[in-house]
Amino acid sequence: MEPKAVVPSRKRKPLGKVFWISVGWIGLVFLLAIIASWIGLEDPNNGDYALINAGPSWGHPFGTDDLGRDILSRVIYGARVSLIVGFGAMAIGMTLGGTLGMIAAYRRGAVDTLVSAASYVMLAFPALVAVIAIVAFWGHEIWKITIIVGIASTPLVYRVIRAATLSYATREFVTAAKAQGATDTRILTRELLPNVLPTVISYFLIGVATVIILEGALAFLGLSVPAPTASWGNMINESRTYLSDNPWLALFPSLAMFLFLIALNLVGDTLRQSFDVQESKL
Amino acid sequence: MAKFLLKRLLALVGILFIVSLGIFMLVHLLPGDPTTTILGPNNTEHNRAVLMQQLGLDKPIWSQYFLWLGNILHGNLGQSFITHQTVTSTLANAFPIDLELIIISQIVGLGVAIPLAIASAKKPNGLLDRVSTTTSFAMLALPPFIIIVFAVLIFSIHFHVFPGPGSYVPFTQDPISNLHTMLLPSLVLAIGSVVIYFRLLRGDLISTLQEEFIVMARSKGLSDRYIMWRHALRPSSLSLLAAAGLNIGGLIAGAFVVEFLLAIPGLGYSLVNSIQQVDYLAVQGITLFVAVVVVILNFIIDFLFTIVDPRIARE
Repeated sequence: MEPKAVVPSRKRKPLGKVFWISVGWIGLVFLLAIIASWIGLEDPNNGDYALINAGPSWGHPFGTDDLGRDILSRVIYGARVSLIVGFGAMAIGMTLGGTLGMIAAYRRGAVDTLVSAASYVMLAFPALVAVIAIVAFWGHEIWKITIIVGIASTPLVYRVIRAATLSYATREFVTAAKAQGATDTRILTRELLPNVLPTVISYFLIGVATVIILEGALAFLGLSVPAPTASWGNMINESRTYLSDNPWLALFPSLAMFLFLIALNLVGDTLRQSFDVQESKL
Repeated sequence: MAKFLLKRLLALVGILFIVSLGIFMLVHLLPGDPTTTILGPNNTEHNRAVLMQQLGLDKPIWSQYFLWLGNILHGNLGQSFITHQTVTSTLANAFPIDLELIIISQIVGLGVAIPLAIASAKKPNGLLDRVSTTTSFAMLALPPFIIIVFAVLIFSIHFHVFPGPGSYVPFTQDPISNLHTMLLPSLVLAIGSVVIYFRLLRGDLISTLQEEFIVMARSKGLSDRYIMWRHALRPSSLSLLAAAGLNIGGLIAGAFVVEFLLAIPGLGYSLVNSIQQVDYLAVQGITLFVAVVVVILNFIIDFLFTIVDPRIARE
């Protein structure tokens, strides 16, 4: 059989409507979280005790909670925690895990063996349990949670980036750069990084979704940022006690989290397919 | 094979050593004098002496670690100064509950995922395939702590099909009501597993069904059913096993969440309770136990791999 000539097409498949709606939604959540204090929302932490556990109304579109606090306001302010922990922790994970992954894949040898073994040890440990234990002993401040969750996400990022780098590290252009006398730093940043970047970007968003779920589970167990700070996970935790009287209290933060997570997954997944990052290679 | 097993066993010991070191160091994260923090209101002369002896805090840190490790190897994880229960007895009561939750959820999970994946893979892009693929993608954005809240709201509070929070009955006391209470949390746990197993198996089956040996089997006149179960599903069992291994951590996390909401006294509920009561030794003991169980389970799954596919050991 004659081999068919493969013509590489420059044109990419259009990303589609759903993709742009998801991007818009993520942008909107970001925007609302940033400008929350200036758009005339009610105080998220001080409620109206005359109006507790009320259903949706004109004054309170999402209703009020057991302390008479406006749920809409708390859902919007609560986005801040998920965004800070989600993107902050992933930034830490990507910086640590990504750098280590690229170096390990490029240098191989003892560095690779050692760091890979360490990543296996960390992966063998259920992330939530590790995070619970460290938070219990160290403390619940948001920056501590971000750091802990960031470090917990490092081994997974490391494996993904290492695998992605590995498929380029032995290619001709790297050998050529070496022959021309390029330094290791130059090869890593100018030759390898641009090729690994698509993988980084698409996994970053899926990673953020994973981290937000982890923080949510922590908050649900009452172990994330302390009350009265609103966070989606905290609100779902608080709704447990009043489930039969006030299901709205559980519904709105859950919906906010679900829609945000699905948007992140959709954008990440579409980018991954469009960059043609194959999961089996990772 | 023996050499391979020995290597793996050495790695296991190494991993357990590092894990135990990490968990040992937790106590040293506590600010100030750990004994004051650990004992809290129970800071009596006697308790302090007992704790000092347990932790060996007056000795250098390395001998503290080996003292602690020695105690653990003798089954002594310390005693709570709050409940006066040994951590070992807490674990003995709680662990079977998690085991029950996880086993039921895995039976349901595989029982739903395998037939669904087979039906979807038969007609890729058919109606069933599109519906189940889209639904499973959406379910990825539904963590167990959201599902359990609405499951309780709908099935316990609204329709009274399942008992609500706080109605746990030990299996030994009344097996029927025990299963009745455990079914809802197990089903919630199963959802996450169904999503993972279904997505993996569907993709796997679709690519396997295009292989030449399937065409060969078809041309021999074997029935579709036989080909699916004996020829197509078999190579996928390996990736299913790998997914099950990676899923363990998620299952434990999920079990913690459902136990917490329904007040089922498993490991997760005990762990959160211990944290709220500032019972540091119990937190340390439960964490260590979960870590060791997970590491050993992963080791067993690794070993099963080499039995299913002996080529792995030769590499």
